[in-house]
Amino acid sequence: MTPEPSRPSRLADPFREGIASGWKVIDASSLAADATFEADVVIVGSGAGGGTVAEILSGAGLKVMIVEEGPLATSSDFHMLESEAYPQLYQESASRKTRDKAITILQGRCVGGGTTVNWTSSFRTPAATLDYWAREFAITGFGSSDLAPWFERMEARLGIAPWAVAPNANNEALRRGAQALRLSSGVIRRNVRGCWNLGYCGLGCPTNAKQSMLLTTIPAALSRGATLLTRTRAWKLERAGERIASLSCIGLDQRGTDPTERRINVRAKTFVAAAGAIGTPALLKRSEAPDPHGVVGKRTFLHPTVVSMALMPDRVDGFAGAPQTVYSDHFLDSVRLDGPIGYKLEAPPLHPVLVATTLPGFGVGNARWMREFPHMQVVIALMRDGFHAQSQGGSVALRSDGTPVLDYPLNDYLWDGARRALLSMAEIQFAAGGVTVMPLHSSGALFSNWRDAKSGIGGLELAPLVTPVVSAHVMGGCALGSKPERSSVDLTGRYHHLDNLYVMDGSLFPTSLGANPQLTIYAVAAKLGSGLAERLGRRLG
Amino acid sequence: MLARWLYTQTSEPVVKDPKFSALDASARSVVAAIVPVMLEGALPEGATTQARDQVVAGVDRAVAGLPPAVRAEVDQLFSLLAFAPARCLVAGVWSPWPEASRDSIVAFLGRWRDSRFALLRSGFAALRQLILSAWYSNPQSWPAIGYPGPPLLESA
Repeated sequence: MTPEPSRPSRLADPFREGIASGWKVIDASSLAADATFEADVVIVGSGAGGGTVAEILSGAGLKVMIVEEGPLATSSDFHMLESEAYPQLYQESASRKTRDKAITILQGRCVGGGTTVNWTSSFRTPAATLDYWAREFAITGFGSSDLAPWFERMEARLGIAPWAVAPNANNEALRRGAQALRLSSGVIRRNVRGCWNLGYCGLGCPTNAKQSMLLTTIPAALSRGATLLTRTRAWKLERAGERIASLSCIGLDQRGTDPTERRINVRAKTFVAAAGAIGTPALLKRSEAPDPHGVVGKRTFLHPTVVSMALMPDRVDGFAGAPQTVYSDHFLDSVRLDGPIGYKLEAPPLHPVLVATTLPGFGVGNARWMREFPHMQVVIALMRDGFHAQSQGGSVALRSDGTPVLDYPLNDYLWDGARRALLSMAEIQFAAGGVTVMPLHSSGALFSNWRDAKSGIGGLELAPLVTPVVSAHVMGGCALGSKPERSSVDLTGRYHHLDNLYVMDGSLFPTSLGANPQLTIYAVAAKLGSGLAERLGRRLG
Repeated sequence: MLARWLYTQTSEPVVKDPKFSALDASARSVVAAIVPVMLEGALPEGATTQARDQVVAGVDRAVAGLPPAVRAEVDQLFSLLAFAPARCLVAGVWSPWPEASRDSIVAFLGRWRDSRFALLRSGFAALRQLILSAWYSNPQSWPAIGYPGPPLLESA
């Protein structure tokens, strides 16, 4: 990131205050020598899974060490600028791509992980998804009623409540269009307290309203004596027989991109992988963890997302106001879970870089659209992947330098869903008063009424790198399950083939969710982390 | 495929301008030639050269901020475009980049965007993303699109 002179701020920065009070936070880019640490539990990753588990295990009196690949950036560093936030807070500067470059993946990489940069949408796992897990994967103990107490606990912890303020104009248009077409819609619950309704959640919350891991569980763990290592890439779990003995890590440079000579070794009794659905399988693969059935890093899901843009007669100012507050599950709830793919409709925040790079074209065409920026209204459709024989998701592999890359083939099953989603969104946008609708596509095709859109979208060529596809939800790859042939970890989160290795993040999901994943990750991590705390508590006496 | 065969790094020694951290001079000249076309209608009238240089610097910063494996892919793309035979045969731009006409660059970008080879489409997408990001993250681009910039938190 570009070094910026730090601006004096009158807003509180509790994390910096915590460091001043003696929290143990070590930035590996500034280590003068290699280092060795010992802990009861090492947690790899500080996002929704790792943060939740860190609070629970440190609360049980265990000595916890958190290893985070990204940098520590706190509210004083969040200036609501894409130029700073993307390189600093996201994997691959917010331009992480699947192997063939056809899908752009927005994924956090910083202390707090995705929770530092997400748009705060909080959904309990849809019952249909959990029922499917029970039915298809024999996952017991994860039904809606089993998880209810864990949802309640995390909702209380993170201030999760329906957004009581009027939605911004971008979200209001989605609600209005859905209502006009008699499609169900709802108000999204958000993990905020005292939110200023600014609209910059995706660039790091500058007011500490967002109840991310950066503000809640990580500080709780640190105040109980946990240690946080940043710019530290967990590289390899070192085995001794059926157990993991230590984690070897590589220090990253100040930019956070390149490995340095620094090596950090952490010995522990128990290891928790919570590096996200790309990072966790990559760590297991680098570690050559036993995987007799070849399931690690397979069935990775993305909620592949297509985008529709409309111009409204009045200003929308989609950059202002809570970014994501209205949703419609009509096209999830009204279709068979295991039939043609369903999709969830939501609205995204509109910031200049995000919009310019998602719009098609270049030169005068792109510039003309950008001049309509304040009038743009955007709807996104997140496809519920993983519930059909034609939707096996992607797979995580290692590049020659050991870093991960996700291969996610887009097939006709998904393109069929994309086309229906583009149609649904266009119809909603016209119903909401849209003057022009552009289903995002490299042809730049645009329509001024629903009738033309219906036939035009029906005839669009949908293909990789012709139709932009994005994802902000990476899930799966280390599935939960009782059968080792089809899963990586047992129903306690323990890796099937090693005694003291656990997985507690979004990679546990055997399918996608059909909802923004943070609250599911919190609840599942809280349940599994509490179980682990009990067992370790007994063992430690 | 020709593109694949040419899509290898040249072995010329790279001399880096200390002002820039990731792109060598030849890569910068490729970017500098493409920027006015990619951003035609977006760069401010009258200050195009200055804005272009800022975009080139922004692209360089962005590339420097990518992980090594991705940086290597971007390096390969620019090495390909800077390599004269590839510039002619794969990009279809017959003059050296600094002298290439607007129309020849428009044609090149359009061909890659609409190519039936996903590799060329991904090359176009990379150029597009780098250049548009560098411009629209620059506050100078905001007045023309009616974006007021982030709110002031402490003005009250």
